[in-house]
Amino acid sequence: MGAVFALVTVLAFVIVVYVGVGIAGLRGLFGIVIPYAAFLVFLIGMVYRMIEWAKIPVPFRIVTTCGQQKSFRWVKRSRLESPYNNFEVVLRMILEVFAFRSLFRNLKAEIKGPNLIYGSYKWLWLGAIAFHYAFFTILLRHFRFFSYPVPEPIQILDQIDSFFHIGLPHLYMTDVVILAALTFLFLRRLADPKLRYISLASDYLPLFMIYGLVISGILMRHFFKVDVTQVKEFTLGLVHFHPKAPQVGVIFYIHIFFLSALMAYFPFSKLVHMLGVFFSPTRNLANNSRAVRHQPAPWWKKPKFKTYCEWQEEFKEQLIESGQPIDEDCYEKK
Amino acid sequence: MHDAGKVIPGIIAFVLFVTVPFWTNFGKAAPKPQPELPKEYKKCVESKEFMRREHMKLLRKWRYDVVRNNMRVYINSEGRLINMSLQNECLRCHTSKKKFCDVCHDYVAAHPYCWNCHIPPEEKKGWATKEVKSLTEEASSKQPASHH
Repeated sequence: MGAVFALVTVLAFVIVVYVGVGIAGLRGLFGIVIPYAAFLVFLIGMVYRMIEWAKIPVPFRIVTTCGQQKSFRWVKRSRLESPYNNFEVVLRMILEVFAFRSLFRNLKAEIKGPNLIYGSYKWLWLGAIAFHYAFFTILLRHFRFFSYPVPEPIQILDQIDSFFHIGLPHLYMTDVVILAALTFLFLRRLADPKLRYISLASDYLPLFMIYGLVISGILMRHFFKVDVTQVKEFTLGLVHFHPKAPQVGVIFYIHIFFLSALMAYFPFSKLVHMLGVFFSPTRNLANNSRAVRHQPAPWWKKPKFKTYCEWQEEFKEQLIESGQPIDEDCYEKK
Repeated sequence: MHDAGKVIPGIIAFVLFVTVPFWTNFGKAAPKPQPELPKEYKKCVESKEFMRREHMKLLRKWRYDVVRNNMRVYINSEGRLINMSLQNECLRCHTSKKKFCDVCHDYVAAHPYCWNCHIPPEEKKGWATKEVKSLTEEASSKQPASHH
């Protein structure tokens, strides 16, 4: 059901743009107003999210570790699995963000005969990392539309990505990779009944929106061509705040609309994991609660302690009356 | 806010990252590419809009037809017969690579590989340079031994 709902939504996007630009000719609305509005929603929404998250107290360390924590010096500890200080936390975080380390531990459970068997299952990790790096490369590559002159590293990236010189304009490797990865991530949800059962429309919608973005981009580059010079004049106009909607095919506006929809949807959907990963208490806290006393809860106050000597001083008379021994050490001069 | 010392720099880094196109272009002029069009010829192979959009696909088709199928004549949408040749046909009107091709290609950072094999016309530099020779002669004399 979720997949159908998401598919209908995405098809509705295409129809809306087709009617809006192709028939009604609302180029200004779809080319300028909606992208700016979507970017503002993205920017403000994401910052708002971060501030809201930062307001939530984390009164104790939530440690999910799968390695030996710091103990006696002769016990070998695992620095990455159970970081003890901030430096080790940063290392774990870098690997998490750049290598999706916790996803690498993904397991698959299957019932074989009477037994429940857990086995290694790296495909999700592979699909995820292929998708994310392809998407990031595509994002960087698009910087060529937002800069003049285009920085050398971006041009080199572009040429590496189109290294195989297939077709003209050259086919990008990342386009192939992201399509393959998206297809895997989508089929993975459909193929496994358990996964299909827990998948919601909000799981399919981002997938389909990115599908739409990628497919419209590939179609625009290789099939329904648009005048890329006009497109760049438009994109540079956007960042210079005097945009002029280009007279190009509807496919360009469909691409822009998918991007706008994705940006506006970002802060309200699972896509915020882009920022959420940095706010995960299970990832960003050191496992040192046995060594450091953490007192982060706002209502925590240091209790008043009373030493034995203070207590003895208070009840000295009663103690002597009842014949209790008095600790002379309290009266020794130090 | 908890951990403001880490969260606020994080927020600043995020905002800077997503607004890169805005602040890197701030204060720069947005140039508009103006390729120099031939004065004596008015009509290209196809309409101007088509050429702006699809010239790379057209040239690729030409290359394929000439190299693979030994077809050398293109019939355009008006029924005009056109010799399928970059150096002999396209460059006959567009005499300067720098003032025509490169203007938009540099603008959008496209790197066409036409000139790996083809010889661009010699650029006129002023009174001292000699007249552009027949391109075919030059091409045949300068053609590299191997090309794909």
